[in-house]
Amino acid sequence: MRWTLAAMLFFGFAVPAVSAQQNAECLSCHSEKTLQDQAGHSVYVDEAKQKAGVHASLGCTACHTSIKGYPHPEHPRAVNCGTCHSDEAKDIVESVHAKASGEPCLGCHGDPHAIVPGKDLQSPVFTLNIPRTCGSCHGNTELAKKLGLSNVYSLYIDSIHGFALTKNGLLVAATCSSCHGTHKVLSHTNPESQTYRTNIPATCGSCHLGPKTQYFAGIHGKQLEAGGSRAPICADCHTVHQIAQVQSVSWQMKKLATCGECHQKQFATYLDTFHAQVSALGYVETARCWNCHRYHDILPASDPQSPVSPANLVATCGQCHSGATQSFVSYHPHADPRDRKSYPPLYFAAQFMNLLLLGVFGFFGLHTILWFVRSAFARRPSGLREKGVSK
Amino acid sequence: MNAEARQSGLTDQNNQGVRFYVRFSLWQRYLHAVVIVTFMGLGLTGLPLRFSGSVWGTAFARVVGGFSAILFFHKFCAVLLTVAFLMHLGDIAYRGLLKRQKGIFWGPNSMVPQLKDLKDLYGHVRWFLWLGPRPKFDRFAYWEKFDYWAVFWGMAIIGISGYSMWFAPFFAKFIPGSWFNIALVIHGEEALLAVWFIFAIHFFNTHLRPDSFPMDLVMFTGMETEKELRERRPQLYQRLLEEGKLGLTTVAPPRWLKNFGRAVGWVIILAGFVLLWLTLTSFFRASGT
Repeated sequence: MRWTLAAMLFFGFAVPAVSAQQNAECLSCHSEKTLQDQAGHSVYVDEAKQKAGVHASLGCTACHTSIKGYPHPEHPRAVNCGTCHSDEAKDIVESVHAKASGEPCLGCHGDPHAIVPGKDLQSPVFTLNIPRTCGSCHGNTELAKKLGLSNVYSLYIDSIHGFALTKNGLLVAATCSSCHGTHKVLSHTNPESQTYRTNIPATCGSCHLGPKTQYFAGIHGKQLEAGGSRAPICADCHTVHQIAQVQSVSWQMKKLATCGECHQKQFATYLDTFHAQVSALGYVETARCWNCHRYHDILPASDPQSPVSPANLVATCGQCHSGATQSFVSYHPHADPRDRKSYPPLYFAAQFMNLLLLGVFGFFGLHTILWFVRSAFARRPSGLREKGVSK
Repeated sequence: MNAEARQSGLTDQNNQGVRFYVRFSLWQRYLHAVVIVTFMGLGLTGLPLRFSGSVWGTAFARVVGGFSAILFFHKFCAVLLTVAFLMHLGDIAYRGLLKRQKGIFWGPNSMVPQLKDLKDLYGHVRWFLWLGPRPKFDRFAYWEKFDYWAVFWGMAIIGISGYSMWFAPFFAKFIPGSWFNIALVIHGEEALLAVWFIFAIHFFNTHLRPDSFPMDLVMFTGMETEKELRERRPQLYQRLLEEGKLGLTTVAPPRWLKNFGRAVGWVIILAGFVLLWLTLTSFFRASGT
């Protein structure tokens, strides 16, 4: 695109002069605000905006190529931006927007006679404006439903990325195009897509280099590299559009169950512990999965680098339990009282308590029922009571 | 009998004929009051933890100020109850060991189970089945002794397991950390045993059974009428009569105390029933899935 433009400017010194003359000719009609075509669409051109735009130096016919003079055809050929912007046009054809109705370029770049550079704050594709631009379609619940998508715009706007962008005006905050690309937006089912499952760590990692490095050092990242299809990727824990601040209580509350989706047994046994009980009551300062296992660089207990490897347990538990000793860390954070083989003392203690409860309530339950029936009869004035007392 | 007793309770200020037997001293009633309050406190703050996945558990925790508040009240009540328990042990040791008071560790006035308790249980069950007469109970009936020892061992077991978890790093110097897994199971299940026993069995045995309905106020007033004593504990009545130690008084318990007892009693019983219902449904829902 840049070369085309350069070539045009280089070879066509006369272009501005010619176009100015031409443009004046066109504008003699098209500067009329009420001018409409046969179908009733406005064909008005705002000269001031056109002159301030990125295409100011181009004559009308540079884009409207089918118009050679006046009178011009009632239906001039559609403008092909790809004549100059050939790379972008190629990308669009390959993208999910190829089939979108209407003019794919203008859907994002707006008024064709008022296109400004992307770095201009007024541009609909300026970083801070991208979510609103994409949201003009993808924030439409009707459209989302039709395409089988969620209303990603509202999810994004409430996310940590959306906040950073809209509240703080952070230009480095991820917008739609940071993850989905600009012209070549591909479906997440396309292996070439930046949002294809296995490409996501690299996509997120293009900003979040630290977590990406940690992730690939951990077991989840290694599994992904080894081709493990079940290995979790960023989005499995952080979700995609509504990415929340990890410090938020509501987010931390949900994440236990997220780990539990794969680690079902560990989750179930965790739920039996004091850590989980406390956690369920909304107390954040308790051991949750990541407090012991870390999050991005999770390592198996057999790895000496792992915080849950036997040699590191005292330090890991000691984060909260100051004074933790080797004896203290023989506590099982995932003990299963139903597992007789692995935890015999716990198993028998639990069984004993069950029997005790059963015994006490079996005995006294029956005792109470019999007592109630008997004394209810004994209190009846029929004389049964007297018999009962002194038979 | 009950109707009469209640009637006498309403009119005893003027009823010169009614005499009262002092069954519990002020000291014992104060201790029991501490047990009531701390037990309810411990139950209210502990059961949401035991059933932390339940809607009512999380809702309650949120209302009182989250887990930190719950834990504070739980520990506060635990310390109070521990003090009451130790005072009771001290009282027993002082009276039984130091002052050599007789009948504390054995005999009809003792809480220690006797052969008579086994016989009474047998006789009581026979009476339930219309097979024999009602046994003549002495000072403490076998179910009252069971109540006492259930609470006694309950406090010891729940207390030790609770303190071990409270001061886990310290206790880990003496016991392996894997015992804390067991401590939590025992603490939680023994607590369930305790609350269910109190809210279902103790409430029925003591207050709600037809002979005591709606409420036995003796733990508030300390006093039973002579008639109640004679009918409920014939052997004690007979024994005291023969020993000449009946020591009845005509001073009736004050009306405010009885009303206070009724009010407190009903609040506790209703709270207990709510907790009983919530915990039972959560328990069986959890074990059902």
